[in-house]
Parts: sequence; C-alpha cells; structure tokens
Amino acid sequence: MEISTTDNVHIDRTGSPFREGMRDGVPIAMGYFAVAFSLGIYARSGGITAIQGFIASLLVYASAGEYAGFTVMIEKGSMMTMVIACVVINARYALMGFSLGQRVPAGTPLWKRILIGTAVTDELFGITIARSGPVTAAYMYGAFLVAIPSWAAGTAVGILAGSILPQLVVNGLGVALYGMFLAIILPTARKDRNVAAVIIVSFAASGISTILPVISELSSGTRVILLTVLISAAAAVLRPVKEEQ
Amino acid sequence: MDAMMNYTYILVMALSTWAVRTLPFLLMKKPIENRFVKSFLYYVPYVTLAVMTFPAIITVTGSPVTGIAAMITGITLAWTGRSLICVAVSCCGVAIAVELLKLAAGF
Repeated sequence: MEISTTDNVHIDRTGSPFREGMRDGVPIAMGYFAVAFSLGIYARSGGITAIQGFIASLLVYASAGEYAGFTVMIEKGSMMTMVIACVVINARYALMGFSLGQRVPAGTPLWKRILIGTAVTDELFGITIARSGPVTAAYMYGAFLVAIPSWAAGTAVGILAGSILPQLVVNGLGVALYGMFLAIILPTARKDRNVAAVIIVSFAASGISTILPVISELSSGTRVILLTVLISAAAAVLRPVKEEQ
Repeated sequence: MDAMMNYTYILVMALSTWAVRTLPFLLMKKPIENRFVKSFLYYVPYVTLAVMTFPAIITVTGSPVTGIAAMITGITLAWTGRSLICVAVSCCGVAIAVELLKLAAGF
C-alpha cells in the first residue's frame, strides 16, 4: 500500500504559489458562479436584496450554509437558530481544517494558520489538499481571490436577473464543481487502492442515504459530515496509513 | 428596519461560519501523531468530496441523462489524469451539449 501525500493533480510548477492558485481558481470560479446564481434565485424568492446577497456571499461563502442561513432569514428565525444552523451545516469545514492543519509547515505563525482556515471551502480545500508539498496561504489566497468574488457576483446576479440566463447554461455550469471534485480524488484512487475502495463506498453510501427514510430528511451538509466521519473512521481502522508519511 | 435585521442575520451567519473554519487551527498546535487520527484525516478529503459529488452530479442539472453523461466524462478524464480545468470544462461542455441535443430532439 502506498500512501504518499499527493502529487496527484497535474500542476506545472512554473509560477509562484499565488499565481498557481489563481489559475486553479478559475474552474472553481466558473462553478461558483453557477451555483451562486441558483442560490440567488432562492434568496430573491425570500425578498433578500442583491446587495444583501452579495455581502452575505462575500463574508460567508458556503453554499449549503448560506442556503440554510437564508432560510432562517426568510422565516425570521432566532439568532440562536442561525448560529446552530451555521455550525451544524458547516461542521465539515472544521474536519477539513484539521486535515489541512496536518500539512501546514511547523513554525507557521498563528495568524497565518487562521488565514488558511478562513479560506476553507469545499473546493479550495480540495485543490489545496491535492497539491503536493506543504500547505501555504499564498496558494489558497490566489484561488480565493479569483473564486470568492465570482461566488458573490453570482449570488447578486441570480437575485437581479432571476431567470434571464437560459436554464440550459446554468445547468451546464452546475456540473463544473463536481467534475473538479472528480479530478481531485481520482488520480490518487488510481495509485492507492484503499482510496479507490473508499471512494466507491462513499458514492454508494451517499446514493443510498438520499433515499433512506430519516437520513434523507437531514440537510445535505449534515449528511456529508455524518458519512465522512463514519466512512473515514472505518477506513482508518481497516486500512490505517503507513507510519512513515 | 427589515434591512437592519437582515444585516444582523448576515453578520451572525458570517461570524459563526468563520468560527467553525478557524477553530481547528486554534486547537491544533502541532501535527497529530496518533495513527488512527492520522489515517482518519488522510481519508477525510476523499470521502467528503466523493459524498458531495454523487449523487449531486446526477441531480444538479435536473436531468439524469445529462448528469450521467457529465459524470462519465468526468470519471474518464480525471482517471487519465487531466487537469482540474480540463475536467471541469469538459463536464460543462458535455452537459450543455446533451441539453442542446435533447432540445433539438424535442424532449
């Protein structure tokens, strides 16, 4: 079994980490625009203005989290409900943070660690963890500065334009994020059979969980964290990584 | 006052999400040595991303045929090691092409 930390994404190391981040941020920005656009359509239906949507997306940048947050806003829930919704639905970011923190070079000052944590989204975490070598704030913020404005703009445009953009195009853009996820996880699966098995189990479990009673009622964010903890823990017991990593 | 209320909601949303993101970095001062925890964290990204991809990629377009076409494209290209942008753009291209074909065929 070969467990190496990831030289799995084909990245030509020409520019600085920041520039590499900006380049890798482009497909994320595309996907974000599409997803944020549909989030905007939802926000509009609840009377949230374009400026409010833009600011919320600029500060929160969490798809499932914002969807839940907007729902609390629209339903005029309590602030406590808002806090609980955000913490539960975004709990996977904490898990990702722990995973990412393992790869932050020793001696990195706290403020830089916090900066890295601040940039965690599903996609930015994905490309950062897939990159070989230590995790740096420069790479993450290259991608962050390309992707997040697009996320915020997409939300605002979704609120303003509603359904002007052809549905066909929005649908097409929507798959970009998932294509990218596949590009992040499959190269490692090819080299590490345990990862391949874990991915197949994850696909199956995720598919089943959307149709099972009770579990399918949970928010997608909660389902993601539940499955992540269960499957990763099982894999860690059955196929622990080699010591020298 | 409604606007004021909405901005308060947004602020609370932003702060609690930020707290979740940064908490691990405040708690974890040095790399973890425990083998189980290390293995667990090694598998986390693959499981999370796999769980988020499927079945969402099939349902996101509102048409299973389009989603399956995009997924097959993505798996094929990603398996052969194509770049992020190549895989993402190809998936979009195939999804839009399938939607156009369906339109042309009169579905």
